[in-house]
Amino acid sequence: MGEPGTKELLSLDELEATANAHSGRKHILSILVENKAGVLTRIAGLFARRGYNIDTLTVGPTEDEQYSRITLTFDGAMHSVDQVTKQLHKLINVLKIRDLEPADTVARELALFKVAVEGAQRAEVMQISEIFRGKVVDVTRRSVIVEITGTTDKIEAFERMVRPFGLIEMMRTGEIAISRGRGET
Amino acid sequence: MRAVDAIMECLKAEGVEVVFGLPGGANLPTYDAFVDAGIRHVLVRHEAGGGHAAEGYAKATGRVGVAFATSGPGATNIVTPIVDAMMDSVPTVFITGQVRTDLIGTDGFQETDTLGITMPVVKHSFQIRSPLEIPRAIHEAFHIARSGRPGPVVVDIPVDLSRAEISYAPVTDIHLPGYQPNTDGNTKQIRQAAKAMASARRPVIYAGGGVINANASQELTEFATSDRFPVTCTLMGLGAFPAPHPQWLGMLGMHGTRTANYAMDEADLICCIGARFDDRITGKLSEFAPHAKFIHIDIDPAEISKTIPAHIPIVGDCRNVLTKLIKEYRLLEGVDPSRTDEWWQKIRGWQDKYPLAYTDSTDAEIKPQFMMQALYEATGGDAIVTSDVGQHQMWAAQHYHFSEPRRWINSGGLGTMGFGLPAALGAQVGCPDATVVCIAGDGSIQMNIQELATCAEDKIPVKVFIMNNGYLGMVRQWQELFWDKRYSHVDMGSYPDFVKLAEAYGATGMRFTDKATLVDDMKAALATDGPVVVDVRVTREENTYPMIAPGQAAREMVG
Repeated sequence: MGEPGTKELLSLDELEATANAHSGRKHILSILVENKAGVLTRIAGLFARRGYNIDTLTVGPTEDEQYSRITLTFDGAMHSVDQVTKQLHKLINVLKIRDLEPADTVARELALFKVAVEGAQRAEVMQISEIFRGKVVDVTRRSVIVEITGTTDKIEAFERMVRPFGLIEMMRTGEIAISRGRGET
Repeated sequence: MRAVDAIMECLKAEGVEVVFGLPGGANLPTYDAFVDAGIRHVLVRHEAGGGHAAEGYAKATGRVGVAFATSGPGATNIVTPIVDAMMDSVPTVFITGQVRTDLIGTDGFQETDTLGITMPVVKHSFQIRSPLEIPRAIHEAFHIARSGRPGPVVVDIPVDLSRAEISYAPVTDIHLPGYQPNTDGNTKQIRQAAKAMASARRPVIYAGGGVINANASQELTEFATSDRFPVTCTLMGLGAFPAPHPQWLGMLGMHGTRTANYAMDEADLICCIGARFDDRITGKLSEFAPHAKFIHIDIDPAEISKTIPAHIPIVGDCRNVLTKLIKEYRLLEGVDPSRTDEWWQKIRGWQDKYPLAYTDSTDAEIKPQFMMQALYEATGGDAIVTSDVGQHQMWAAQHYHFSEPRRWINSGGLGTMGFGLPAALGAQVGCPDATVVCIAGDGSIQMNIQELATCAEDKIPVKVFIMNNGYLGMVRQWQELFWDKRYSHVDMGSYPDFVKLAEAYGATGMRFTDKATLVDDMKAALATDGPVVVDVRVTREENTYPMIAPGQAAREMVG
């Protein structure tokens, strides 16, 4: 096929489309935005009107007070990451978007579990928490609250373990993520 | 100076010569500033009229259109023009008043969350929180509205802040780190596109409103004629390529020509320039242009591969890209111009077999298609034509041949009835020496007819031609074709009397019913001073053909 640098004409048959393929996996977008009123509404509104589902979303300050960081996860089987990213880039307050590669990313979330346990069962739950490197942050006669930090998989595994004991409530922050190595996310 | 005087200075620094608007409680200070500002203000009769007038002005001149409205109902009334400007990429700035800062969030009188309501439909918006922000916000608003893919920007200013004392110096150092439109176009991709065009045996250039926004019509024509590339344009692109022209296929899409749609259907390479594969173009997506590869040139990266995957994507300003594309095409060696001979034979075959035809009446009755041809003749094809939305819009697009850009001004993406008259008003203010004609339906004209008073008062001599069939014609057509002729609420009856209404508004009213004298009658209307409203009585139940039924493929065109 005629390379861009050559004079040779090309064959149309060899052209391939840069299709909006669906990757089929979870994507974590790290979005650097201006720290201004209404920016989160603009992003959430964009997702709503384009019909994209957000799985988790966290917002927080960064090392520079002019900017905030939004970490957002969505299902790449349902939406084209290319189209989502391009639409986000159209927002004037969005500075930078990284579609984080799972292998090069450290992602964590925090979860709090309130479990209905007493007596011997309490000890059992505390033991499980230890295995997951969780912390018991509150105990009453009939309940414990466990704090777990980790990947989504780890938190979901812990949930499966304690649910049979009687899970009263679970709260999760949604993931934050940072790229590995010296470079900026 | 007062912040409102600074607003006027900002407008002057941005080259604004006219503002369309209507005062109210929350923008009283701004209107006080108009008294001494020396900027023309056109007092519209409804904020929607002001918004569409700003659009008409912008589309006719290429400059940023500006509309003012007060808070609450004033702001909600301009929502439709804002959406319209977003859908059709019209450079516009809307400045709305807001209740005092201490009332915000308390459901104050005439309070509405203007920013929240407009957020999904603007290119960007600013809520002013300190008077010191006002000058920069307004300059940034103009920068954002006119650069990249143009669009509407809203600046919402609480009334107390607009009265504050500030010092003003023109802002010249606009830097928006999150907004850096790529306008150049990747040279390698452009070279690849040139080569693909040189290899194509059945190429089609499909151009849209982006070519007009980029002022790239000349470059488009030069590129198309650098080889014999067939050209079709979208509704928004009409005039980007001069019609009639031997390489012109007519408009494409739902009511486009069979030739244009069949050419898309059989093309092996489609070069899309400043268009976005709207559903009114593609019809059934899975059967759209099944044999084609796509070059897609657009300033907005999000449009590329949105619905149709592009084989050669080029992000850039149409004019920059076309200039480079012309150069690259000329540098190619071994291009065989005869490779498209067979393709042209086929196209000529379609053109001969399927001209835009209709059965004319045998008596004095005026067929709507005849009316459009008569208007083309009466204006010498030389008018700025605005239109409302419906059958008349499609007939105008088909039968009025636009030889230059910015002559055809209509609401494409949003399809806003009531757009035509205020848009004509705005176009006429921007182009005082041009003949400005508004083609309206008897349904749509009534949606902003109050602007006739604006035209009469400000001596804005637009000529309105109402294609009067007494129906919401396009809806009637769809009920006839797709809803078993179960006509539901489409008969508009015989009121109002448009001639009397025109006169009541201070315009001249006329009524034409005879085909034989129509062209001369139209010439007389066009020669009449001041605004004129002509009630043209046309065949009541005529359908707009040809047509691709919704969700169908181009090759299944009917009529």
